[in-house]
This record gives sequence, structure tokens and C-alpha cells, in this order.
Amino acid sequence: MSERKTIDARGSFCPGPLMELIAALKLIEVGQEIEIWSTDQGTAKDVPEWAAKVGHETVESGEKDDHWYVVVKKTK
Amino acid sequence: MSKKVLIVGGGLAGTIIANGLVRHIGQEIRKGDVSVTMLGTSDTHMYQPGLLYIPFGKIRERELFRPQRKVLDKRVIFHIDPATNIDVENKKVTCESGTVHEYDYIVIATGSRLMPQNIPGLAEGAHWLYDLDGARKMRDALDNFEGGKVIVNVNAPHKCPVAPLEITFMLKEYLESKGLWDRTELTYTYPIGRLHALEPVAEWAKPAMDAAGIKYETFFNTKEVDPAAKTIGSEEGVTLDYDLLVTIPPHNGAEVITESGLGDGGWVPTDRHKLTHPDHNDVFICGDTTNIPISKAGSTAHFEADTIIDNLASLLTENRWARDYDGKVFCFVETGMKTGTYVWFNYETPPNPGAPSQMIHWFKLAYNRLYWLSARGLL
Repeated sequence: MSERKTIDARGSFCPGPLMELIAALKLIEVGQEIEIWSTDQGTAKDVPEWAAKVGHETVESGEKDDHWYVVVKKTK
Repeated sequence: MSKKVLIVGGGLAGTIIANGLVRHIGQEIRKGDVSVTMLGTSDTHMYQPGLLYIPFGKIRERELFRPQRKVLDKRVIFHIDPATNIDVENKKVTCESGTVHEYDYIVIATGSRLMPQNIPGLAEGAHWLYDLDGARKMRDALDNFEGGKVIVNVNAPHKCPVAPLEITFMLKEYLESKGLWDRTELTYTYPIGRLHALEPVAEWAKPAMDAAGIKYETFFNTKEVDPAAKTIGSEEGVTLDYDLLVTIPPHNGAEVITESGLGDGGWVPTDRHKLTHPDHNDVFICGDTTNIPISKAGSTAHFEADTIIDNLASLLTENRWARDYDGKVFCFVETGMKTGTYVWFNYETPPNPGAPSQMIHWFKLAYNRLYWLSARGLL
């Protein structure tokens, strides 16, 4: 499995989960993964959509306990 | 033996904590039981939000500055000697001069820095107002602007998250006042799928931009700028032409953080309630320096600082923790040259901005002066 970092963006209204993810992707190497946690259900849809648009890979997403999660692998 | 509190960073966060703490523990300082020392990088304190007004000629530069020694309470020991290494295992900080400071408690408030160089061509092709030099150059560029395509380009991460919207609406009114709006096309770009990270702010901004005739491009993460061709391209595959490019550059934390192995990108892992390092209860982190997923803004730093002051004062005098930080943020939002609104939120309460009004705009102008009371720990 690739090295994975987790961002706990539960309860983050600003800058919010996707902005946190975009910022965090700038700090990792190609092939590494980030798991983002959010209490906003929209994240489970927004993040994979954005990743597809830019060309990063959504490894998995779903709901766990009190939050939604998405795992994105940096591909370029 | 006296307890040593060391504050690394002389910006808003470090200054409020230093001044607030010595006011709370005056008796202990007088008796020599506690010392409070700040390690700064400059003899001057700048009111950063005032930079917003520089390109539009709405504030005089000297209004933004005060001597740091005069802003600090005289009981704070102040050294202009930037930290080069922070060793949280051995509780000591090494400075540029070679001096080593030991501590019992440390506050890391080293802030963030602009990194336009992280995007090819951005530093050469764009203007920004997040530092004085940039704001002066943007003022000159606006003086010489005769109409054309203007882009306000927002990159992540950045501090003061409402400033990009403020700049956009103020630019529109500025260009109108110069009679240039009819010859201008203004486009705002934003990294995610709406016009602001805060959904209610985005919902207000969209019809406001539509009504103002401002264009926008969402899902725009800057890949590169070609200063010769005057184009800016996104990771999402969109390329825009510009005559004047105004950017909010991506930010990183301070170099000393990464050099000390304290956090990727210069952001230090921080407990969102205690504002301490997850592995070190004697290490407090404040302001832009934290990796907490909330706004990097002066008000965030201010409310965090209040929590840290209470906890440090209680730990030093009663050996107990006082309270948790609740995630509170409050930001004024200039919606033009004559109106403003505000947002506040915390970890539990979503933001709900009110209708823009002239009264809020005046309040923001008043706060531009009242800031110096905040920095002194009085407001």
C-alpha cells in the first residue's frame, strides 16, 4: 500500500475539505495518498469529481462512524 | 527557579500572547518567578490587513507600521534574532546569532509566507498585495492600467480567505471610478467548485458578481503562467488571457518549521482544542502556523491567542488548564469601497453572513485603527 496521510477536516467550514486536500497534495510526492475526513456529505461527491477533472485517482470513498472519507492518490 | 516562556514570532499572534500574558501574570513577573521572551524577525510591526487599501490609495503606508518595541509591553523581553532551529525534544531554540534559548513553555507563532515561486511564471507575471512591495507594485500597475482583461487568481493555501473577494469588488469600483470599467473584463478564478470556501459566502458572491458584471472560473488550480504570452493555465485544462494578473499566491509556513522537522509545508501539527503539539503539552502553536483546517486569518490568531493566554496563565499560576479553543473566527468582508459585511463561525456553528451595509464598512475602517489595541492585548 502507498504511504498515506490523513487530514481530519471534520467541522471545517473554511477553507473546507477540498481546499485542504488541494493544499496537502502540493506537499506530497507522486504515488502517495491522502485520506480526507469530512462531516460534509458533499465532500464524498465533490472530491472524486475534482480529482477526475485534474487527473488524480480516487482510491476509495465512503462513510465511517461520524464522517465521510475519500482517499486520493497523487498521480502527477 | 523561574519559569521561562519563549514566544517565537513577533506577528499578531505572538504579540497578542506576549502582551496578554504579562498582563495576566504581572505579580509573578515582578517577583521574578516567570519571564516572557519574544524572538522576532523585525523591529517593525505591520498591520497586514491594511495592505488591502494600498493599491487603491485608501490608506497611507505609515499607518500600517509601529515599532515592535513600542507595541510590546515593557515587561516582555524582546530580541530581534530569528529562530533557526526549534528543538522541542530538548526544549531549546537556536537563533541566527547563535544564541540558544531554553524554555519551560514555547509558543510557536512563525506565521506563513508567500510562495509565488511555487507556480512557474507566477512571480514574474502577476501582481499581489499580500506584502508591501507587492502592494506598491500593484498600485503602480493600476495607475498605468488603461483597460483590458484583469484576472484575480486565487491559489491554495492562502491566508485571509475573504481578501480575494474584497480585492475583486474593490477593483471593480476602483476601475469604475477611473472611467475604465467599460473597457475592462474582470475574471475571478477559484480552486474549488464555487466562489468561496464558505458556502454561504459563495452563495452571496455569485449573484453579486453576476450583478456587477464580473466573470468567474471555478475549479481553477493554477498550473503555470506565461508572462510573455500573458496567459495563465490551470491544472483543470483551462487557459485564460490577461492584461493585468492579480494573484493570491500559495502560502507555506516558515522555513524554521520545516528545517526543524516540525511539520510539512511549515505547518505544525496542532490539537484543535488545546492548541498544543500532539506530543508536547509545553508546545503551543498559534495563528497561521497551525495545521488546523480552519481559516488562516488575523481573527483566528486573535481568538486562539486568547485561549493560549488563559491556559498559559493558569498553568503558570495554578498548574491547571483553563479552557479549550472552540474554533471561533470572525472576519469583516469589504463588499466594495463603501459597504461591508462580516462572517463568524466556530467548529460547531456554520457562518451566516448578513446583508452588506455602510455601517459594517465603517466598523471595518474603525478596526483598522483599533487593531493596535488588539495587538497590545487590550481589545
